[in-house]
Amino acid sequence: MEKVNNQKSNDIKRRKFLKNLFLSLSGLFLPGIVSAATKTGRLKDLILSLGYDPKEHLWGMGIDIDKCIGCGRCVNACKEENGVPRDPFFFRTWVERYRIYDNRETLVDSPNGAIDGFKPSINDEGNIIRSFFVPKLCNHCDNPPCVQVCPVGATFKTDDGVILVDSKYCIGCRYCIQACPYGARFLDPETRTAEKCTFCYHRITKELSPACVEVCPTQARIFGEIKKKPSPLVRFMRQHVLGVLKPALNTEPKVFYANMDMEVR
Amino acid sequence: MLIFLVTAFIFMRSILVPPDFGKYGHYRASAIDEIISQEIKYAGHTVCYDCHDDIVDLKKTGYHKNVACEVCHGPAALHTDDPGELKLQAPRERGYCPLCHEYISSRPTGFPQIVSASHNPMKPCISCHEPHDPKPPQTPKECDACHAEISRTKSLSHHVYVDCIECHQTPNEHKIKPREYLPSKPTTREFCGNCHSKDSTTPEEIPKIDINSHGERYMCWQCHYPHLPEAQ
Repeated sequence: MEKVNNQKSNDIKRRKFLKNLFLSLSGLFLPGIVSAATKTGRLKDLILSLGYDPKEHLWGMGIDIDKCIGCGRCVNACKEENGVPRDPFFFRTWVERYRIYDNRETLVDSPNGAIDGFKPSINDEGNIIRSFFVPKLCNHCDNPPCVQVCPVGATFKTDDGVILVDSKYCIGCRYCIQACPYGARFLDPETRTAEKCTFCYHRITKELSPACVEVCPTQARIFGEIKKKPSPLVRFMRQHVLGVLKPALNTEPKVFYANMDMEVR
Repeated sequence: MLIFLVTAFIFMRSILVPPDFGKYGHYRASAIDEIISQEIKYAGHTVCYDCHDDIVDLKKTGYHKNVACEVCHGPAALHTDDPGELKLQAPRERGYCPLCHEYISSRPTGFPQIVSASHNPMKPCISCHEPHDPKPPQTPKECDACHAEISRTKSLSHHVYVDCIECHQTPNEHKIKPREYLPSKPTTREFCGNCHSKDSTTPEEIPKIDINSHGERYMCWQCHYPHLPEAQ
């Protein structure tokens, strides 16, 4: 009698356990499914409401080194627009000054990323053969090394060719900072996540140009579509002999330089 | 046991992997959403015309026609959303204009530059130049107003007393529209030979060569830099 009783209570326990397990599991899966539906729905709505379809675009930038005056307004505007820390060493874009001397030495400097422009170099003027400014930024490579090394999928290439960082998903391991051959990435001192130029993705999706292009006083920077005929960038690419930085690395950058000296790297 | 492990894996995966991961690729689809929703600070160069049409009209014929308003006045999105809320500032002090216009040898030739230490020191730039339509208060008389680097090089050379216009015929319009009316350059060896050939009648201390035998295949300026002929 005792035995039977015991068995019965065991039976009830097991049934109850299985029932509870099923309920709790389904309860756990449910919010995931629901939130997925709402989130993707929201993204779709956003893209539709903006009238922006990433598949229809391919963005690039042209830089005419002969036009850059090294005023650093692009560096300033980039920091204003994107809330980049004001301290030195944190730059989404910066300007370098190249000075090539008659003994074939090349000096490159960029005081505080050129945010306050450059000071004239007076002492060694006579020995300089060539000198010019080179604005630099993320090259938005078509074959990006930084995306390859990200262990969690926090940096990625969108359909319109822009390389972005998901700062909520980034674990701050800095692999991408090491992998970038152009030094275009840095670790944000506040969020401890990787940061870089986004081509001002929040602006270009709303038919505005990136902040650095917007403020460039000499139109040294040209932004536009790479594959559409009526784009200012295509006109720029047609009219100039173009170069990219470190072409041997096969990263296929989408930032094209015109009138670039062979010393630039 | 196996069923438990598989269930546990699926369960953990459903918790750890964001639901929209992999929708477009190996990343979280809503990250794009978050990046797009970042606040815009620079309003763009087209909006200013709606209210400040007089200044935009003045600016669009001058040298600063391609300089966007926000270069000097700063990010304007807050101002264009609610003009009463935020008034934009204009840099009136002397330090701002030299960011672009201070003489630095790395800047492209022909870009208007000054040496601010000697260019009316202490005077704010806007007391002589209207920033929306900048012009020199009077048309420069001397070439070195724009071509400072060449003029400085020449001042150290034996050609210091040779006027620019002896070699470069300069149309008057060049001073007003420098890129549309370019000065000429000498095109023949005989031009240099006027002073430097053996049979010219110029003073003795000018170095002379036999123009027929001296570097016959080359133009003079392929070997000698006319603004500093001593240079090797």
